[in-house]
Amino acid sequence: MQQIINFLIRNKNNILFLLLLTFSLFLTIQSHSYQKSKFISSANFLSGGIYSWTSNINSYFNLEQYNLRLLEENERLRTRLATYEDSLAIEPFTDTSAIGASYIFRASEVINNNYANVDNYLTLKTGARDGIKRDMGVITSKGIVGIVENVSPNYSTVISILNSNSRINAQLKKSNHFGTLVWNGEDPNVVQLIDVPSIAPLTEGDTIITGGRSLIFPKGIPIGYVRNFALDQSESYYQIDIQLFNDMTNIGYVYIIENTQQEEIRNLQNLSRDE
Amino acid sequence: MNSVILNNAVRFVVLLLLQVLLLNNINFLGYINPYLYILFILLFPFSGSQTLLIFLSFLLGWGVDIFEDSGGINAAACLVAAFIRPVLLRFSFGVSYDYQTIKFSSTQPGARISYVVILVLIHHFVLFLLEFFNFAHFLLLLKKTFFSALFTIILVFLTLALFKRRSR
Repeated sequence: MQQIINFLIRNKNNILFLLLLTFSLFLTIQSHSYQKSKFISSANFLSGGIYSWTSNINSYFNLEQYNLRLLEENERLRTRLATYEDSLAIEPFTDTSAIGASYIFRASEVINNNYANVDNYLTLKTGARDGIKRDMGVITSKGIVGIVENVSPNYSTVISILNSNSRINAQLKKSNHFGTLVWNGEDPNVVQLIDVPSIAPLTEGDTIITGGRSLIFPKGIPIGYVRNFALDQSESYYQIDIQLFNDMTNIGYVYIIENTQQEEIRNLQNLSRDE
Repeated sequence: MNSVILNNAVRFVVLLLLQVLLLNNINFLGYINPYLYILFILLFPFSGSQTLLIFLSFLLGWGVDIFEDSGGINAAACLVAAFIRPVLLRFSFGVSYDYQTIKFSSTQPGARISYVVILVLIHHFVLFLLEFFNFAHFLLLLKKTFFSALFTIILVFLTLALFKRRSR
């Protein structure tokens, strides 16, 4: 017994090091697996509070740009409204107007935004008290931003599309060929679309929108345009570089999308899968 | 003795806040950030308890991780840096370290540079290795380690020069 205690005391540094290293590696591995809530995230009251305090100061510097963006959006919405009231031309648009009443939008402010890491997250100033839940989509007027991951009473963290764990269903605007949106960790304004079949008609400059296959984003939210593309090794799928419409380095204000029928659809899908 | 504790406590808090509020947002050329908080590990008293240093380094790294939502990568990198610091001290400062009478400010410039450079490189390599979490982007990993370390080292020496105590 004496020897064991002596051994522990003699090696206390090594033991402490190994214990803490195991713990931090556990946290790291956990952060690399997507479908797990974090043990602790920046949505807690201390870091959330400090971030919202500093973003109060920072937001003044970008006000002009945010105002311009709002004006642009208003302009676009007013144009839509005008054509809508004419009640003419009911074309099958795949645009944000395709969103039915089953989606609820909530505005929020970004108080922290990472884009230089391989796995990036954002922190928002709204949380569970404002009705934010896990797995809601986050967009700006220009394009998609990410998916809500952790929620605390007043804050929430968002897994950015600039995250190596992010997988979002996306498709071509002109045809219905879809693929998966991922990020290779290099340029914060360029993401990759993989698994698009080589039969898809593709040219540079084509618009990419969200596909309706996920329960998180409605169909037709803009993402970006095709910058260049190449066939992958198997020569049956395209690997496409997409220039984002959003400037991911300057986001400011976002909309959080709640799909009110998410639960119902998921239950139905689970039911059919079980049978 | 009390002023040493106070100094280190203030340095801990100031470096943590400086890191998460300012330095993590620099993103020079898109991806290069300095990790100046390692200055706490570099400047921790040479005669101080190694156990305490390991524990405090872990807290410092984890603090940065919580703000950055990065799991435990900074914590692990800080732990490794704190753990190998004694080996490095002996390597850089040689025999004088064993007597534990030296202070950081009174060491040879050459030895000081090798100490800072090696510790920063090791810390950054572990940090980015855990961030990427695979060897598929090994070149990108080395590139990021090298440039970020360069940035950090420059900032470390600038900070040291700025807060240098005048010799009495």
